[in-house]
Amino acid sequence: MTMTKHQTEIILDPDVPLVRIIREFDAPPEKVFRAHTDSDLVTKWLGPRGTEMKIDSWDCRDGGSYRYVHTIDEEEYRFRGSFHEVRPNELIVQTFSYEGFPDSVSLEKLMLEDIGKGRTRLTAISLVDSFEGRDAFVASGMEQGIKEGYERLDEVLAE
Amino acid sequence: MSADPLSEVFSALADPTRRDMVARLAVADATVNELAEPYDLTVQAVSKHLRVLEDAGLVSRTRDAQRRPAHLEAEVFDLMTKWIERYRREAEERYRRLDELLAQMPDQPVGPNKPENKGKKK
Repeated sequence: MTMTKHQTEIILDPDVPLVRIIREFDAPPEKVFRAHTDSDLVTKWLGPRGTEMKIDSWDCRDGGSYRYVHTIDEEEYRFRGSFHEVRPNELIVQTFSYEGFPDSVSLEKLMLEDIGKGRTRLTAISLVDSFEGRDAFVASGMEQGIKEGYERLDEVLAE
Repeated sequence: MSADPLSEVFSALADPTRRDMVARLAVADATVNELAEPYDLTVQAVSKHLRVLEDAGLVSRTRDAQRRPAHLEAEVFDLMTKWIERYRREAEERYRRLDELLAQMPDQPVGPNKPENKGKKK
């Protein structure tokens, strides 16, 4: 399989505590949408590497909800939220929270755009209620990155 | 109450003019007047931007009363860049798994316009 380079772009908004992620895929919106909404497919890619992702509940429709567990070194981390708007091949609006910090909820908006030739541009927005919260969220990736081992990341990135 | 230092760095760099100033300071120290030159901004406005960078710890200024050239604190800048890069890499790693999955998925789900929350084909 040829590995095309579609580097993920991260933008921290200056005016609101928001992170924007932009990424392009060699697949039409229909497929990218399915990979985000079909629980069997979601578990194959969403969890961090080295973790086991188990779905407790998954009701991906307007007004539905979800809950899943990541298991890392026998430690369980539960996440849940509600689906607010699920529009096939275009949009998913949902909330997201880590049950360890139930007061902190982020609002997530996933937008898919057909950019032709069977390709899709994904834009994912996460909005939280403070800049401190957002920045801690971004910085926490570092700690986890160390846990998972940089070599593995570099391996993947070198492909 | 002082704001979270990390947030200060992030928000200091969120402004395109300040990002550009940082990029130029990465090459060499510069005075306010030197920094102001390429912009369509008053020296006062540039001075204000510089103060934001200073407050965030990204830039320091020497005591030389006349010139007071600004100096980029590269360590602080690198740390922040690393944080964002780590986060970006994690997202990238996740999306590469999604790339692989997408490449394996059949072109069309069974039946036209299958409602998404129905039918797990297996």
